[in-house]
Amino acid sequence: MSPNLTYVIVVGVLVAAGVTLLLERSLTRVLMGVILLGNGANLLLLTGGRAGGPPIVGTTAPEEMSDPLPQAMILTAIVITLGMTAFLLALAYRSWHLNGHDEVQDDVEDRRIMDLAIRDEGPGTADIEGGTGDDDESTDARPVANVVEAGRAG
Amino acid sequence: MLALVAVHALTAVIAPALVRLWGRNALYLVALAPGATLVWALTQTAGVRDGEPVVETVTWVPQLGLGLALRMGTLSWLMVALVGGVGALVLAYSARYFRNDDPGLGRFAAVFVAFAGAMLGLVVSDDLLLLYVFWELTTVFSYLLIGSDPAKRASRRAAMQALLVTTLGGLAMLAGFVMLGQHAGSYRWSEIAGNLPGGGYLAVAVVLILLGALSKSAIFPFSFWLPGAMAAPTPVSAYLHAAAMVKGGVFLVALMGPALAEVTPWRPVLLIAGLITMFLGGWAALRQVDLKLLLAYGTVSQLGLLMVILGGGTRDTALAGVAMVLAHALFKATLFLTVGLIDHAAGTRDLRELSGLGRRAPALAVVAGLAAASMAGLPPMAGFVAKEAAVEALLHGGGADLVVLVGVLLGSVLTVAYTLRFLWGAFAGKPDVPATEMAPVSWPFLAPAAVLALAGAAAGLFAPAVDRLLAPYADLYSSADPGYHLALWHGLTPALGLSVLAVAGGAGLFHLMRRERVRATLRLPFDSATVYTRVIGAVDRLAVELTGATQRGSLPFYLGVILVVLVLLPGGALLIGAPWPQRFHVWDTPLQAVAAAVVIVAAVLAARALRRLTAMILVGVAGYGTALLFVLHGAPDLALTQFLVETVTIVMFVLVLRRLPAKFSERPIRSSRRGRVAIGVAVGAVTAGMAYVATGARQAIPISVGFPDEAVSYGGGKNVVNVTLVDIRAWDTMGEIAVLVVAATGVASLIFRRAGDLHRRADIPGDGRAEYNRPRWLTTGATTRAQSVILQVVTRLIFHAIVIFSIYLLFSGHNAPGGGFAAGLVAGLALAVRYLAGGRTELNGAAPVDAGVVLGAGLFVAVGTGVGAMLLGGEFLQSALLDFHLPVLGHVHFVTSVFFDVGVYLIVVGLVLDILRSLGAEMDRQSETESAEIRERELV
Repeated sequence: MSPNLTYVIVVGVLVAAGVTLLLERSLTRVLMGVILLGNGANLLLLTGGRAGGPPIVGTTAPEEMSDPLPQAMILTAIVITLGMTAFLLALAYRSWHLNGHDEVQDDVEDRRIMDLAIRDEGPGTADIEGGTGDDDESTDARPVANVVEAGRAG
Repeated sequence: MLALVAVHALTAVIAPALVRLWGRNALYLVALAPGATLVWALTQTAGVRDGEPVVETVTWVPQLGLGLALRMGTLSWLMVALVGGVGALVLAYSARYFRNDDPGLGRFAAVFVAFAGAMLGLVVSDDLLLLYVFWELTTVFSYLLIGSDPAKRASRRAAMQALLVTTLGGLAMLAGFVMLGQHAGSYRWSEIAGNLPGGGYLAVAVVLILLGALSKSAIFPFSFWLPGAMAAPTPVSAYLHAAAMVKGGVFLVALMGPALAEVTPWRPVLLIAGLITMFLGGWAALRQVDLKLLLAYGTVSQLGLLMVILGGGTRDTALAGVAMVLAHALFKATLFLTVGLIDHAAGTRDLRELSGLGRRAPALAVVAGLAAASMAGLPPMAGFVAKEAAVEALLHGGGADLVVLVGVLLGSVLTVAYTLRFLWGAFAGKPDVPATEMAPVSWPFLAPAAVLALAGAAAGLFAPAVDRLLAPYADLYSSADPGYHLALWHGLTPALGLSVLAVAGGAGLFHLMRRERVRATLRLPFDSATVYTRVIGAVDRLAVELTGATQRGSLPFYLGVILVVLVLLPGGALLIGAPWPQRFHVWDTPLQAVAAAVVIVAAVLAARALRRLTAMILVGVAGYGTALLFVLHGAPDLALTQFLVETVTIVMFVLVLRRLPAKFSERPIRSSRRGRVAIGVAVGAVTAGMAYVATGARQAIPISVGFPDEAVSYGGGKNVVNVTLVDIRAWDTMGEIAVLVVAATGVASLIFRRAGDLHRRADIPGDGRAEYNRPRWLTTGATTRAQSVILQVVTRLIFHAIVIFSIYLLFSGHNAPGGGFAAGLVAGLALAVRYLAGGRTELNGAAPVDAGVVLGAGLFVAVGTGVGAMLLGGEFLQSALLDFHLPVLGHVHFVTSVFFDVGVYLIVVGLVLDILRSLGAEMDRQSETESAEIRERELV
């Protein structure tokens, strides 16, 4: 099957614009990126099927019909994009309502771990458990000796 | 056997309740479960002795070859008897060890008996995967028992250490099992043993399995967890860490020995690791002052000895090995119980503080003495018989066996020495220590230990009987000689002489150590406990560094990484190896280029726009352009849907953007913006390249060639796309409408703040409906200054027409462009127009229903159509054609998939209604409330 250059170029541009917006922090922009990307993806699917007359029996002869299968797939994709748009819009509004902006923030917990890594703090550095236990150590140099004190439970 | 395991499980479940009812005496009742195991094992004695294993199989997942295959041969029989007998006795002992008000007693009872059940399952499993499951269960229960005092840090640490070490070994073992099982095509050991692979494959599998066995049995270099596990209460130590769990590894070695002994790494690994463990453990035991730790290190040493003997791989060593398993379980459990008694009665188990206990508690001393004699290998105890057998077996072996023999004898010297240290430390009167005050020991408390000690003596005295019971296991090894037989007295043999030497040496060593206060240390260049600590620390550190380096918490960063990978890998593959098609066409019709130009310009400008509204309009233009491309492609359904969706999208955007600031809040930083554009362009180029190559590479005839015929004959419709949606690929559509329902629910949950508001027509009974229901069709209701009266009236006029048109689209969609999606969107737009013209009052008037109800009804109709077809004997969502005659309408041609499309229609209408209620009406209400609040505040 020979590719349609027009479609190829439109797909490329839509995806490029969509990705550029997707990498932004403003949720509204991200959402517009998703929509553009969605259109690009739909056209990509369309590229895979033959163009022709409307796939309606009686209107077009079967051999002249455009390929109906990608169309059915794209149709569901279009409506799903609608649902997704609605959800992201609601999210953007909620974010604006709560924070006064609609930007995607960095995860605070992840930031804290990153700081730990940069400052070389946290588990596995200074406080290596073992050797210096919290119990008396008169009997044996082995760390396990510390454990004995706990022996009589109950 | 399975029933016994189930009995344990049940007992574990009800044990806490029993303990609540009867306090510690409930433990006697709980002890019945392992007791029943012992009794059952004893009833099977005759069969097992005659070499007839008890086999039990239950198919479980036949497709995976998983079954519950249980098999009890001689070895398993011995272990079952030990697990049951010692378990019952230790539970009886625990009934006096604990106090009624001990917290966690119920939990202890439950976990303990659950452990007994898991251990029972472990030793009777024939299926290796089943064995693994029980193996890990014992690990988990051991973890819970070691950590029975969660408030103590040492206790937690010891529990975690034991868990990590044994689980790690267990995982290696599982890999070994899988290797063997995959080769043999079965996971039943009885079948694998006769169908072993060869060469390096087998060697790797053997090493992996040994890792599991060694870690479980606390063999070097994994020994360190066992002394730590002494943090558990003494009954736990006596059972898990002396008699049962640590024997798991020994059991595995004994089980597999007959088949694997000749495989290259088997013997060297077991002999070397076993000997090292024996020496290190014995030496460490000699330096302990805590009686329990002394025994723990002694156990480590003995486990090493067991590995050495069972790793010997001949008939006679095997016989000696199982005899030693029996002897060790009996005497070591007894000694641990004794320590618990001393601890309870005297309040300490430090041998520097104990003095004169032998005189004060002679019965206790006798019991401990019997067990200690067995440990030291003195006649007439079982330990003596087993050790004689081992020495005798090794004496008749080759060069390597003699080296091992020397090692075993040196080990015996250590054993005798620490046994004496134990007895001396616990019971002897020490001149410089005042006699220890101690409470009297009650006989029910002492009885279990006494029974175990006497059993050890009996096993020695009736050695020939034990021999007859255990010999079938040893005979699994082929042997030319008639073989050795266990007996108390073989005459004045060299083995006896060596035993005497070992005892004398041990006594000498003990006196030397006591007098000289030898504190010399025998240390390896590395200490595995330190290695463990370092490794755990390093893993923690690695986790922090790796998380810090990769998990930056920034979504654009993650997306960027993913996209760059997309550009580099598939993009690189495109450049290097893709078959670039030579043939292409620029367009199907030149008009495509015009539409494409519109889309391209709009998309590029949208990416650069700084104002939200501008960006939104441009995105909309790109969408309409795409719809134009659909028209030119010959896809009217797509074009229709795309036009409608774009329109609904614009309505939604307008609704939300009126609340957001006009400009995007963050002016992009120029440098990072350049990076974003670079990634975007690269991804776009790669996608375009993929589109080009993939389309050009297509050679097969599309599957959809047959669709037109099938659409008419089976689907009963002429619009192929619509029939595809509701019939040929109806499952896809079903999934999609489900997603729509979820999205609608998500939107509503984000906007409506309180769950109570989620009735998405909250204000209907109030202002909306009351006003609307007045019989004045075209008079306007609550018009505010912001709303146009003309628009309201006009929309009311055309509203019904649009709705009827949407219904027409729905039913004609089967044969002409239209269908449920498009029709639903049209109806939704009609609602949107009503809302835009008159606000939420108008909306409620136009659709006085809960959006959730519409969505639910749609889903119900869609699923109902599918289920209905199933009930009528067809496939899910299969459609049927009905032709009938109606009086007025004439001939009617009807397809059941129309119902499915009705479901789709309802869901789309519900989605749009939901969006209007949430993003429209509710947001209006919220902003009105807020401005009212602000006004009030200003007034105040």
